[in-house]
Amino acid sequence: MSAIITLSLLAILVLYLGLFKAGRALLPISLLGLFATLVLYITQWGVDAEPLYSGMVLFDHYAIAFSVLCIFVTMLVMLLSKDYFDAASSHVAEYYALILFSLTGALLVASFHNLAMLFIGIEIMSVALYILAGIRKKDFASNEAALKYFLMGAFSTGFLLFGITLLYGASGSFDLAAIKDYVVANPQGVSPLFYAGILLLIVGLGFKVGAAPFHFWTPDVYDGAPILITTFMSTVVKTAAFAGFLRLFYFCFVPLHDFWEPVLLVITIITLFVGNITAIVQQSFKRMLAYSSISHAGYMLFAIVAIGPAAAGSVLVYAGAYSLASVVAFGILILVKRASGSDHFEAFNGLSQKNPYLSAALAIAMLSLAGIPLTAGFIGKFMMFSGALADYQVLLVVLAAINAAMGIFYYFRVIVSMYFKPMDREQVMMTAQYKTAIFVAVLLTLVLGVYPALLVGLI
Amino acid sequence: MDNLFILLLLPILGALVLAFVQQVKTAKQLALLVSLVSLVLTIPFLVNFVPDASMQFQQRFAWIPSLGIHFHIGIDGISLPLVLLTNGLVPLIILGAFSYDYKGSFYALVLFMQAGLLLVFTALDAFAFYIGWEVALIPIYFICAIWGGENRIRVNLKFFIYTFLGSLLMLAAIIYLHLQVPSADYELTSFYQLALDASTQRWIFWAFFLAFAIKMPIFPFHTWQPDTYTEAPTAGTMLLAGIMLKMGVYGVIRWLIPVAPLGVAAYGQFALILCIIGVVYASIIAFKQRDAKRLVAYSSIAHVGLIGAGIFAWNVQGVQGAIIQMVNHGISVVGLFFVLDIVARRLGTRDLAAMGGIAKPAPVLAIVFLAIVMGAVGLPLTNGFVGEFLLLMGVYEYGIWYAVFGGLTLILGAVYMLSMYQKVMLGNVNVQTETFADIKGSEWLVLGIIVILVIGIGVYPKPLLNISEAAVIELVDKVGLIGKN
Repeated sequence: MSAIITLSLLAILVLYLGLFKAGRALLPISLLGLFATLVLYITQWGVDAEPLYSGMVLFDHYAIAFSVLCIFVTMLVMLLSKDYFDAASSHVAEYYALILFSLTGALLVASFHNLAMLFIGIEIMSVALYILAGIRKKDFASNEAALKYFLMGAFSTGFLLFGITLLYGASGSFDLAAIKDYVVANPQGVSPLFYAGILLLIVGLGFKVGAAPFHFWTPDVYDGAPILITTFMSTVVKTAAFAGFLRLFYFCFVPLHDFWEPVLLVITIITLFVGNITAIVQQSFKRMLAYSSISHAGYMLFAIVAIGPAAAGSVLVYAGAYSLASVVAFGILILVKRASGSDHFEAFNGLSQKNPYLSAALAIAMLSLAGIPLTAGFIGKFMMFSGALADYQVLLVVLAAINAAMGIFYYFRVIVSMYFKPMDREQVMMTAQYKTAIFVAVLLTLVLGVYPALLVGLI
Repeated sequence: MDNLFILLLLPILGALVLAFVQQVKTAKQLALLVSLVSLVLTIPFLVNFVPDASMQFQQRFAWIPSLGIHFHIGIDGISLPLVLLTNGLVPLIILGAFSYDYKGSFYALVLFMQAGLLLVFTALDAFAFYIGWEVALIPIYFICAIWGGENRIRVNLKFFIYTFLGSLLMLAAIIYLHLQVPSADYELTSFYQLALDASTQRWIFWAFFLAFAIKMPIFPFHTWQPDTYTEAPTAGTMLLAGIMLKMGVYGVIRWLIPVAPLGVAAYGQFALILCIIGVVYASIIAFKQRDAKRLVAYSSIAHVGLIGAGIFAWNVQGVQGAIIQMVNHGISVVGLFFVLDIVARRLGTRDLAAMGGIAKPAPVLAIVFLAIVMGAVGLPLTNGFVGEFLLLMGVYEYGIWYAVFGGLTLILGAVYMLSMYQKVMLGNVNVQTETFADIKGSEWLVLGIIVILVIGIGVYPKPLLNISEAAVIELVDKVGLIGKN
């Protein structure tokens, strides 16, 4: 818990730093604070976890692993933010503070033990994001993104809240352990309210993770928001949303698997196809990543469809791999867009001639997103496929294989642009922070791809 | 010195260094050095190999313990010829690329691919096999798409997606099999011991068969192949035809048939018919080609069709013939593509109509080319004869009509190969070919080695056959019994 308190205080401190015009100290202090939070989390590993604060939060291995992932990815995003925010606005401190607030919410979502806490966590996470999406006050796209995100977010929160209420009505408690006891105690006679509650929760959480058919906000919001905010949304927020989704279902709803599995199965298949087919036709790299994030949500849903002891590990690996690759992809997109003023695929033409290492990094990120062996992305897909097959979802895996092959079309487009379409262009320049963040993310992608035992089987 | 892991690691280390080499000359020398060291490191395996059916030089490390995945590699009589082929051809391919000014990254990709190929041929764990399978695909995609011809982008994307889809289905089958294994691992031996019911094995058969059939390629999954071969740079074509296609064949022998024998019992005949159709179909199309490279690409489909037929006939002669023919085809096809590359580079075209009479200004080239063409046609006392003879014997045992149609490859092969030879080398010289320079330097070296191999194996194939004999007999025996139960 001290970690979450540290993080909240850090966010307030950063806000004050902005008040005192200490702009240069923002990044170091934020990183330092995040690092301290990270250490605090890691020291809790292996300690016997008890629900804290009247059973509000539980820092078990599951919560710690996802929290550490979220914090680490936030650190990478922060590294990319240095000159990005400086160029975007004069009120830099708000960016840092809002990202930290949002992260605090994400950590609560990953460690909740009470449905009230899930709701509060999601709200803390989302409200900060509504502001971040619209932080470019004079940009129409940014404003549109913020408004859409806010309306859709509020709408989905309604479903979520309604679902929570129905669960409460049936089981008489918000506490995960109590709800689980209720389900276990009434294997046949679970109240119809409870079933309705589960369905509403699927809708609400489906909105949050961007699963089809509740995905309509994602492309516009991802496209309209500043790239770095999109990075944060598609990595940390998505990871946390999935962590919360899985935590709830794994904790409470496993005995009712037969009831909700077909619903989620349909959602998963639609998500895969919608994300992939629409990503193929995109001309903008940023929009392609937005649609591909929908299809990745589809792959991550595999773990919930085929829920079991291995589900948590596979979501962790998949979310980690996806986040690392996304940080690289969006980071390089920022650089290229700054150099050429466009985020279309053509903007990457000939990049490999002047920036061979940068291109190699982006190529590795794309291979990881496409799920090619020796990258972390493959291990993620492999674990998802394993889990689904263990649940006898052969059809789902065959459809997923077709989708993975479709994914090659759009992930390789940028590789084709960089390597096979020569064009005279300036060398893309970058700061040391960019180099560090991209290097670390690529290195981890490869290390996890070659020796996944570091992460697989952790939780 | 017979550490298999080091043999696999060496090309990767070489590739990592070469990726940063910018000077063309240094890159050439370093790449050749690494590939030659790999070749030298292969010798101890050949010397210490005991020609029985056992799996030798095994190494097994825990890789992802919580998922039951091990890095398990080893060599037996079936994989040794292919390891030799890979490590023998890669130096030749690198030497053959010396006429072009490739940077270090090119050679890095070639060596990286070599590592993937070696892993495929030595893996005893299905996960490791799959990793090797994909690792071999990525570098060849980049080789072909960066240094290839005009249509390279479209053609290679098709190639990649086609093969990737096939291999994903194989991955699903591998995971499925793993879930049935009582000891929860991915070991080849555990997969062999599974006695799944017939309907499951039929699904497994298709999942594996598609992956392998696309890679080989067997008719009608071959549509990517002629374009990819034609558009690829010569070194890429050599890698694709010389070594990579053998991955599919090897996969059928090592994984498909022993793991799903009942599936093979149900669909093996169908697969064999597809192979034979491929032989006839590709031979006829090859005859019609005007582009020399495309002609050899189609001939490759015909050859691999016969190899596939020999395997699906599943008897000792057929499988033995397949193994030796894989080696022979690798040697011959690398030679053919290399000669055509020399000719195309000097004339600036691959159109057969623009060639002719090259034998006059370049007699040495004419002689070595003739030897290689004879090897590809399967003339007695060349390498091709031994393999095709055994293959046809194997297919004959399966059914005489299959052998009759499969045997057409000898006749049709002779027709299109010799007519190609005639169009390129004989006839009247034209303005272009008048001043054709004969081979020299590294070209001479590469072709010399290939011709020695073509004739050497043709005259005395026994050592090569000995390597695989015991392993093949045992495998055919074991699986034959399972199939009949």
